[in-house]
Amino acid sequence: MTKSAATAAPAAGRPRLEMRGIRKVYPAVVANDGIDLSVMPGEIHAVLGENGAGKSTLMKIIYGVTRQTDGEMFWEGSAVTPENPAHARTLGIGMVFQHFSLFETLTVVENVSLALPGSLDLDELSRQITSVSERYGLPVDPRRLVHALSVGERQRVEIIRCLLQMPKLLIMDEPTSVLTPQAVRKLFDTLRQLAAEGCSILYISHKLDEIQELCHTATVLRAGKVTGTCIPAQETPKSMARMMIGKDLPVPQHGAPAEGGEVRLRLAGLSHASDDPFGTDLQDIHLEVHSGEIVGIAGVSGNGQQELLYAVSGEEPLAEKFPVQILDAEAGRMRPGRRRRLGMGFVPEERLGRGAVPRMTLAENALLTAHRRGMLKGGLIDFKAMAAFARECIDKYNVKCGGPKAEARSLSGGNLQKYIMGREILQQPKLLVVAQPTWGVDVGAAAFIRQALIDLRTAGTAILVISEELDELFEICDRIAVIANGRLSPAKRTADTNVEEIGVWMSGMWPGASADSEVRHAA
Amino acid sequence: MLPRLEARPEPSNAMRYASPLLAVVLTLLGGLVIFAALGKNPIEGFRVFFMNPLKDAYGVAELFLKATPLMLIAVGLAVGFRANVWNIGAEGQYIVGAIAGGGVALYFEGNTSPLLLPLMVVAGAIGGALWASIPALLKTRFNANEILVSLMLVYIAQLGVSWLVHGPWKDPEGFNFPQTKMFHDAALLPILVEGTRLNAAFLVALGFLVAGYVFMHRSFMGFQMQVAGQAEAAARYAGFSAKRTIWTGLLAGGAMAGIAGMGEVSGAMGQLTEHVSNNYGFAAIIVAFVGRLNPVGIFFASLLMALLYLGGEQAQQYLNLPSSISKVFQGMLLFFLLGADVFVNYRLRWPGRKG
Repeated sequence: MTKSAATAAPAAGRPRLEMRGIRKVYPAVVANDGIDLSVMPGEIHAVLGENGAGKSTLMKIIYGVTRQTDGEMFWEGSAVTPENPAHARTLGIGMVFQHFSLFETLTVVENVSLALPGSLDLDELSRQITSVSERYGLPVDPRRLVHALSVGERQRVEIIRCLLQMPKLLIMDEPTSVLTPQAVRKLFDTLRQLAAEGCSILYISHKLDEIQELCHTATVLRAGKVTGTCIPAQETPKSMARMMIGKDLPVPQHGAPAEGGEVRLRLAGLSHASDDPFGTDLQDIHLEVHSGEIVGIAGVSGNGQQELLYAVSGEEPLAEKFPVQILDAEAGRMRPGRRRRLGMGFVPEERLGRGAVPRMTLAENALLTAHRRGMLKGGLIDFKAMAAFARECIDKYNVKCGGPKAEARSLSGGNLQKYIMGREILQQPKLLVVAQPTWGVDVGAAAFIRQALIDLRTAGTAILVISEELDELFEICDRIAVIANGRLSPAKRTADTNVEEIGVWMSGMWPGASADSEVRHAA
Repeated sequence: MLPRLEARPEPSNAMRYASPLLAVVLTLLGGLVIFAALGKNPIEGFRVFFMNPLKDAYGVAELFLKATPLMLIAVGLAVGFRANVWNIGAEGQYIVGAIAGGGVALYFEGNTSPLLLPLMVVAGAIGGALWASIPALLKTRFNANEILVSLMLVYIAQLGVSWLVHGPWKDPEGFNFPQTKMFHDAALLPILVEGTRLNAAFLVALGFLVAGYVFMHRSFMGFQMQVAGQAEAAARYAGFSAKRTIWTGLLAGGAMAGIAGMGEVSGAMGQLTEHVSNNYGFAAIIVAFVGRLNPVGIFFASLLMALLYLGGEQAQQYLNLPSSISKVFQGMLLFFLLGADVFVNYRLRWPGRKG
């Protein structure tokens, strides 16, 4: 991929959007603290920052979802305060959210018509959708129902919906987190074409390589303040990371994988029909995870990851015993408690409400899964042992919090994830299953968590990681498999594959994949 | 300009405990307004309603007597409520407990064994638990809403006790009144304080308050139920059984209500009638919430609710107010509690001020 886009920076002139001294105060936190930002016509401008740096708040102010406490916004030279998203749209501002706002039971054209003012002729609108989609390389059939679309196609619908209103500024919030590498490429082509036609783009992300490839300029935020502006083409990911987190990005230490460890988790033809009408049925999944290795499962979200995790954790036990074997025990019908007794640990993707009870203290949340470690005496709780475990976990895993009595919900996402991870690891699991280990976690904590996983694997634990972050999987895994439409590809040694190949597999096209499977891919 | 409700960054713990007290104060003030609106002197009304009942030792004993079934039922309900198991049918479980306990007394008429009373307590508990097991079974097997099922079973229990005392269990020498024979002495709970009606059921209730405290705050099962109530997905993740939570919650409430019903027929009443319940099963729901689902709080809330019962009787006698006055006060208490609870999560913000 060339970096030609980055060199074709737009000419100087009057900025299309200018933010001056934006400050937004919430009851508990200052989200934006004197932010300046300027976007020229035709410029692709990155807003870079960790979770909680204030990116989303700033975008919500621009799009009229919320209003700044202080500071001014200028649109094409004149001061404005968008009252609400509809007002922002009339100004020419469009936004594609990270989480889509589409009605699953309606067709594409019906969904688009809901966002447009006035009553519309759906046939005419369908023609417009088709013409926009052809012009910008966003193929989508206006008559299809949204629930049958892949995530990538849904994103296209959102983008088309914005483009129909001829925006002068398009805000994209973490648009690639749900796409395969190939779909990311196509999205970038579309965005470049839009910019070339004069549309400004605000591109929110924490992925440094993408920003380098796509964006003309970048504004870096940290803790609500601008810590730098730069031209990504002239920077390295390392230098931008330093601006973003204030220090160098740690690189995980990875020893050679242990060979020939015993099988700790075996999925032997796991099939399971989902209860959810929009869920994914698991079909004949085979996988082995050995002691001393990390096996990763890649895939675009919504391809069966949830269902697979429920089946492996026991939160949704199966009808048969043999498809899930944990440490040689046929565990398919066991509930989570019994699987834990066999030596399994599990970290779910939702931390608050599933991995931890929000309104309980960290000590009580230790009791949630670690109660087998001497915290019970004849059915009663040993509060001392419970607090001691929580204290150890906080100290060892560097959890920033107010101590064992802090409520789980008072912790930041990264710190809570460290605590949950620590709680499961301290129980010395023989098998650890982890979903989205670093989702929404800041870069520093993510590096810490990845290192903890690698250390645990080196100590002999079998680890299964399900993640939508390909970079992460390539960083920590010994073998990688791909899930697509409820089917699992063979696992391949990380050293023998690459992002390109896994990206193709994410579309369901691995050698030996059955041709009849309709795939929920995003290519 | 009107003040605006604004979400607190996090719920206020101080308000969580201040809210019941605020509700009590507002109920008292509301009471004064109601007395005045009914043409009574509010000060006189307050004195009759809230102070007369407690003017002597007998009055205080009556207060504890009335509070006994309330605290028994409320502590049982709290076990379920903390786990989001909504047993609204304690009234029916109370009645079935009274039938079971009373039935044992009638069956063993004349038997003077000291084991008779314990047997009646067990029978009452089983009766109440059995009645509560119907919503538990329907909930766990068919996901039937336990609120509706338990509530509807109240009416069946009421009609059931009516049929018994009008029919097969009617005292043949009772001048055709719908009531059973008076129980014999061995089937009556011993009086605690001579010259009052306060009986051993009060001690049983205190014992269950302590047991309830240990279960809810110290036991692992209580912890599991609390997790189930606060975060269902977390309970499932940890492997806590949702069915066991439902069963435990309903059976605890049913058994406690059953014991309360048995205590009433074997204590203050001495026989089974169709008016065995004084609405205790519903009032105890209010008691449980005013007491913040905590046994210590429930102890005080049940005394307060008992005072409303006694005050209502006094108001009928001395102020010529209708008997529904007790229920009006109960209603006000719940109303103000729910209102005050809004401020646990919200606070008032006057416009024009920055913060």
